[in-house]
Amino acid sequence: MAKLNLLEAVNRALLEEMERDDRVFVLGEDVGAFGGAFKATAGLYERFGRRRVIDTPMCEYGVIGLAIGAGLQGLRPVVEIQFADFISTGFDPIVQYAATTHWRWGAPIPIVIRAPWGGGNRAGPFHSQCPEAWFAHVPGLKVVIPSNPHDAKGLLIAAIRDPNPVIFFEPKYLYRRERVDVPDGPFEVPIGLAERRRSGNDATIIAYGAMVPEAVQAADALSREGMECDVIDLRTVSPFDREAVASSVRRTGRLAIVHEARRSFSVGSEIAAFASEECFWDLDVPPLRITAPDTPVPHSPPLEDRYRPAAARIVDEVRKLVRT
Amino acid sequence: MERPTPRAIPAEAELSSDEKLELYYFMVLTRAVDERCHTLFKQGRIPGSIFSQLGHEAIACGSAFALGPNDVVARMHRDLGSYLVRGMSPARIFAQALGRVGGQTRGRDVNTHGLGDASLGIYGYVSHLPQSLPVALGAAFAFDYRNEPRVAMAYTGDGSSSQGGFHETLNIASVLEAPLVIVLENNGWAYSTPTSLQYKIEDLAERAKGYDIPGVIVDGNDVLAVYAASRAAVERARSGGGPTLLEMKTMRMRGHAAHDPADYVPNELLERWAARDPIALFEAALRDEDLLTDSTRAEVHARVEAEIARAVDEAESSPFPDPDTLTDGVYA
Repeated sequence: MAKLNLLEAVNRALLEEMERDDRVFVLGEDVGAFGGAFKATAGLYERFGRRRVIDTPMCEYGVIGLAIGAGLQGLRPVVEIQFADFISTGFDPIVQYAATTHWRWGAPIPIVIRAPWGGGNRAGPFHSQCPEAWFAHVPGLKVVIPSNPHDAKGLLIAAIRDPNPVIFFEPKYLYRRERVDVPDGPFEVPIGLAERRRSGNDATIIAYGAMVPEAVQAADALSREGMECDVIDLRTVSPFDREAVASSVRRTGRLAIVHEARRSFSVGSEIAAFASEECFWDLDVPPLRITAPDTPVPHSPPLEDRYRPAAARIVDEVRKLVRT
Repeated sequence: MERPTPRAIPAEAELSSDEKLELYYFMVLTRAVDERCHTLFKQGRIPGSIFSQLGHEAIACGSAFALGPNDVVARMHRDLGSYLVRGMSPARIFAQALGRVGGQTRGRDVNTHGLGDASLGIYGYVSHLPQSLPVALGAAFAFDYRNEPRVAMAYTGDGSSSQGGFHETLNIASVLEAPLVIVLENNGWAYSTPTSLQYKIEDLAERAKGYDIPGVIVDGNDVLAVYAASRAAVERARSGGGPTLLEMKTMRMRGHAAHDPADYVPNELLERWAARDPIALFEAALRDEDLLTDSTRAEVHARVEAEIARAVDEAESSPFPDPDTLTDGVYA
């Protein structure tokens, strides 16, 4: 057991999987001797050398295509995209080739594309994005977003071992925020399984990524006011844990979905639709989405603080939800 | 359907008489499969559309002939011959065109799209050309990674070479010195767009200079020239010499796809290239070497006709896919 932050947990997952399995290799911009823009791959180049840790040119389409071809050959590439915002440069081979190949001609594409994701760092429109909804809409891809160091390690290991293409977004806001106990050695957190962080019958709060600690903080504040909430950490956005969501909503009758991605055509929209279909007769009030507005991510602190949900806003909105 | 394995690479760079005749057979087979697909299309038996490879037989067959059984090839829509050389059966190809379960994608992808077969070392393409290029590069990377003397060959066209992915692939391949051969089939047209509107330089092989790799211009209608250039590039890659760009010049003898009459192509251009038909050129060369007589020619054509007839029967007796299976296989 070791106390690791989320970034260190990612690093450990990569290190241990690369040691365990020679097929696993890492590629991306600045991932080699530099250790990656956020140092997620620190130490890997020194340990494994240029055969297994590849500094690529700035060619996301080409690099992701290369990963796909290597995956078809049975290797296990882990691509680092420097910021989730730049994944759009390599969008085409992800959604057209990687996502569709197994369905079309039966060949698995066991690649992981990981990226620092989300805002809260005053980094502006192109270093703060949350593009998970784009990929969740594509059958054949899996989209995984951990909220804590333990899950970051276990989910990344699971992603590397999964035969499908997995998009793995790491909340950079949480990279160095806290250290928790993370087991040494390999362990998997199952993809597609949510985890309940708080229990209660008054409302269900669904969250993922950096919004999980905000939702937990909000639930604790609401508890002091006499309201008890389920906080469900999705962990996997797609495919999401339908049973965890439905069983909670059937019990509480009140649903809030929190994410720092934008409101419209979002993960929150999908979960609200799902709950409306599956739990309509158990819902006491319409589902509530607590999200960013439909704008690009702003830079200046008052703008970003309005944009990005946080515990205080979740408290206000869930309080209203419970009291309606 | 039967599962053949890829044929072995010829022992010597110079083809033997038998190997030349085998190559001729593949070219004749390719054209016959193509023609039969078009007949089926005109009879309304093919859902969707099909692509003709007419005039591309030398490029597709000659280049694939230079690959070994453990090499990998990622081709496009106009390379029917290389699927056949590589061991994909005509029956499977017809079944694919007809949308049947016996097709390579069990009815999920259309005509030559998605004709991927990992056991034959064939990577199926997507419509977003030239996405197969970096994928083939990935295979080449894997060969180096595992220290295997294997090569990846990928195809692109004059149109798709304008895409950023073409340049990204050459860029990365050159930096990695990957064992990748890129066959650029320059057939003069990207749908209705002539090369004069597609790019400024005279020869696309020149682009290789921008990536510090060899760029070779090849007469795409001379199958022996295609084979020789492909073989040299493959051997260069296999021996650690890195990637090569082969620009094979030819002409697209039919429209972009079956629905395209291609009225925009000047007749005199088609006539000029028809006089250089790759199969006719090879027949003349084989006759000069006394390798092809009227009777051996007739034998090859009879063999091919019989093969096509059997293949179409087999394909048409394959059922349509069950709609209840639609959502199977989204995930591995």
